[in-house]
Amino acid sequence: MLMEKALVIIPAYNEARNIARVIGEIRKHNGSIDILTVNDGSSDATPEIAAACGSAVVSLPFNLGYGVALQTGYKYALREGYDYVVQMDADGQHDPQYIGKFLEEIAKKEADVLIGSRFLSEKCYKISWARAMGMGLFSGISSFIIKQRVTDSTSGYQCIDKDVLGFFVNDIYPCDYPDADVIIMLHLAGFRIQEIPVVMLANNENKTMHSGIRPLYYVFKMFLSIFVTLLRKRPSGYRRSACS
Amino acid sequence: MFIRQQVVAITIAVIIFVTIIELVRKRKLREEYSWLWLVTGAGLFVFAVWSGLLKTVTQFIGASVSTSTIFFFGIIFLIVLNLYFSIVISAFARQIKNLSQELALLKNKTRK
Repeated sequence: MLMEKALVIIPAYNEARNIARVIGEIRKHNGSIDILTVNDGSSDATPEIAAACGSAVVSLPFNLGYGVALQTGYKYALREGYDYVVQMDADGQHDPQYIGKFLEEIAKKEADVLIGSRFLSEKCYKISWARAMGMGLFSGISSFIIKQRVTDSTSGYQCIDKDVLGFFVNDIYPCDYPDADVIIMLHLAGFRIQEIPVVMLANNENKTMHSGIRPLYYVFKMFLSIFVTLLRKRPSGYRRSACS
Repeated sequence: MFIRQQVVAITIAVIIFVTIIELVRKRKLREEYSWLWLVTGAGLFVFAVWSGLLKTVTQFIGASVSTSTIFFFGIIFLIVLNLYFSIVISAFARQIKNLSQELALLKNKTRK
């Protein structure tokens, strides 16, 4: 049994329809694990429902985006002394039965970051060809740079340890679409990254960060962010366990 | 440069200068955002008073007439101004993000 403290962070924006089910599923599979819902300025009853379901709730005063909500969760986790954080989406896309697997794997201390990959799982995950191309491109770039196979660089289902939390609460964390650039940043900072297979469900409400003209901006931002990340000085001194 | 053009340019430069100083005096404009405008006003004033300099600069940048030089520098000024404000807005965005996060975390703590 894990002695360390673990927290599940759920960034949520107008997820009143899903949040109770997601928290319920987490409880069903993981018992009394601590849950934090970061309400990203929702205009519906998301924070009230999450609190009623037994989740701690931190409410941002207005909608600041997925990355800012996630980073708020990291700041909360670090201040409350959590050792591990599992982050997952509030729309029910991430199956909570893998939380236990994440915590088991990270407790082995063979990796600082675990990425849940939908493409390592045996179950087929259907996506459009355009999205598949984008995901493949950035996974390929990440794999090439970090010299390690990355199959799902856009996965938001991840588990991180305390050292990574300390790294993510800084202003160097790219709150605007944190994706492949974060993987490269983590690698340059000396963190060890691993992927584990997870099953992801299709987003049935079709509410995604990658709709409209946003994919174009996403591609532009990701190329720019990766490029400047490689130009910057390597961040150092964040992985404390490496020193001990 | 004709005398009339010189008078108009000097008048505009003085108006810019006085307006900026007045805005800073009334605390409607912070000193840190006024310098670019003051430098522009001063630049316009120098070019208006010293017409030989405008001719030299026109020749240097390869323009055929002095008015092109003025437009050229006007556009450069607007680009620099926009870039400067983009930098300022980026810093503000980061500060607003951090403040909002602190507010949310503190509210959560006080509710406990």
